[in-house]
Amino acid sequence: MKISSRLLPLWVAAFFLFMAAGIAVAAPPVTEIVAKANQAAYYAGDDGRAEVNMTITDSQGRARERRFVILRRDIEDGGRQLFYVYFERPTDVRRMVFMVHKQVEKDDDRWLYLPDLDLVKRIAASDKRTSFVGSHAFYEDVSGRSPAEDHHELVEETAEHYVLNNIPKEPGAVEFASYRIWIDKNNFLPVKAEYIDKSGKPYRLVEALAVADVQGFATVTKSRVKDLAGGGETVMEFGQVSYNLGLDESLFTERYLRRPPREIRR
Amino acid sequence: MMAGQVRHIAAAGLALLLALGPGSAMAEGMAELRHWLADEHETDLYGFIEARGGLRLDRRENERDGSIGETRLQLDLGRQLESGGLKFKADLVADGVEENLRAELREAHYSFTPADNMDVRVGRQVLTWGTGDLLFINDVFGKDWQSFFIGRDDEYLKLPSDAVRVGLFLDVVNIDLVYQPLFTPSRYIDGARLSYWHGPQGRIAGRDLTFPDDQRLRYFRDHDLALRLSRNLGGIEYALYGYRGFWSTPEGMDPAAMKLVYPKLSVYGGSVRGALAGGISHLEFGYYDSRDDRAGHDPNLRNSEIRLLLGHERELARDLTGGLQYYLEHKQKYGNYLAALPAGSRAADEDRHLLTLRLTKLLMQQNLRLSFFAYWSPSDEDAFLRPKAHYKITDQWAAETGANIFLGRHDHTFWGQFEDNTNAYLSLRRSF
Repeated sequence: MKISSRLLPLWVAAFFLFMAAGIAVAAPPVTEIVAKANQAAYYAGDDGRAEVNMTITDSQGRARERRFVILRRDIEDGGRQLFYVYFERPTDVRRMVFMVHKQVEKDDDRWLYLPDLDLVKRIAASDKRTSFVGSHAFYEDVSGRSPAEDHHELVEETAEHYVLNNIPKEPGAVEFASYRIWIDKNNFLPVKAEYIDKSGKPYRLVEALAVADVQGFATVTKSRVKDLAGGGETVMEFGQVSYNLGLDESLFTERYLRRPPREIRR
Repeated sequence: MMAGQVRHIAAAGLALLLALGPGSAMAEGMAELRHWLADEHETDLYGFIEARGGLRLDRRENERDGSIGETRLQLDLGRQLESGGLKFKADLVADGVEENLRAELREAHYSFTPADNMDVRVGRQVLTWGTGDLLFINDVFGKDWQSFFIGRDDEYLKLPSDAVRVGLFLDVVNIDLVYQPLFTPSRYIDGARLSYWHGPQGRIAGRDLTFPDDQRLRYFRDHDLALRLSRNLGGIEYALYGYRGFWSTPEGMDPAAMKLVYPKLSVYGGSVRGALAGGISHLEFGYYDSRDDRAGHDPNLRNSEIRLLLGHERELARDLTGGLQYYLEHKQKYGNYLAALPAGSRAADEDRHLLTLRLTKLLMQQNLRLSFFAYWSPSDEDAFLRPKAHYKITDQWAAETGANIFLGRHDHTFWGQFEDNTNAYLSLRRSF
């Protein structure tokens, strides 16, 4: 074909580059993969909304439910974000609101609103690797772990995935020695993460069980966190996902803790 | 009524709880009612039923054995309208200690947004602001100290107010204004249920000598107004407060009628809260202007005071948080207070220092919460300890047990006077 022949020199150049650097050349640099994965997993659109159903099953098979609506707005891509989490189930936490102003180089600001007491509590929690509402997911799984906190290395490239190994820069601050993450080559969505403990054994597995296209954004609609060491798992289903709703920054203030915004309802 | 009857009521409550168990006809009935309300009237129905029993650990003659013995049904209805939201929450209580069946209206209000930057809530509502953890300076809204001391759920520490609350949200500052046509006094300890220090007789009194109050009942005259200006600047929350009304607890006495009274009070204060040194710190202060006795010459009215609070809370380990607070009440015109005090009366210190400690540990996937809260006053040499364990058995069922332990070297100090009320309690709740 005419066009192909005109592009021939380019193809030749690409071929030689490919041969010279081996298979890895086809992959973008690790920092780019990490940045794109972070963007795809936590910063889709300028804002977003989802209704989350969590089923927490303990090692003895007893299940508990959590249901909440989550609103997110990005202040800057890959940087500061605002979260508003409105609880609907179980009924004893109904109408509670958990609000986070996610920061980059300092601790997040977190608030909890207790409606029965009309109390706006500020939460002192510096450890992001604690359970989110009693589930097997950590705060960090929900709001994202800053890529700057780990050293990343591309260890494998399969037909579908980039496989990255990540080693924390501050091993004392986390419970894992490393984690391996599988990133979908098509959309850069992380679809699996396996955490290795200090003795070298995998003990925690986070997996995307279903992915759907929502307004052009690849979106995890079902995921599972498995405790491989102690048993038990949490399955999260994300329904009614939407992006770019035009959520105003003012929704993420004390005013709307007392008066949940319209956007909470469908 | 003796302990036997308390047990009787507690047993009846338990039976009722079991009747509400999953699969039972009553639980199904409640679910049906909820669906009908949701489908036909767009109204949400929630609530719980709870049995709670407790005993005094060191009973004196003038009080009952049972500190608490009650079954409580709470119904919580909410409806979203085009124009705003309606909320109704009421408790039906079978109280074995007070030997009565009563309804308590907790909330009944209408909230609406008349302008983009304005929220209004009218009706009975719970109001809270300020930064203290179980210490209140600028939060002058009604408290139920009795509920707090006998081990009801924390929710009941706050008494609802019949008020209009207006929130105005401007770029520079947020303004909250609360007007109560009739001020809501706190539920103080009057001897009927918990014993206390009776100043005039200089002894601990209980049911033998309850201290009545002279309630303020004139609408639009015994009213109060509370104001807050607040702003969040880069994660640090600043607020200024003002209040004009009455002491929320009866800090005065009418010697002729031998009744407690609620003297006039104004409060001016401020607070700052933000992240500091790996935790959350807060600072709050207030000037309590006791308008009926500014000079401090009247021994029957509480003097003006300066109140100060400093606190820090942080995560000590995974799922373990700790908090420390220092609180000061500094009496104004202390010389006049001492001079006016009747001979033989116990004098309060010029400064009342108070320290609090909170420890909270979450266990078993956060289903078990162990908490400990302690008030300790080195100047009064007294303390109030509140250990508690809360276990979520399932998403519907929760059990709680705890104690309210009062300690004191003297009988007349703030916590020391309640020493005989030390109690332990147990509860079981089913939410629906």
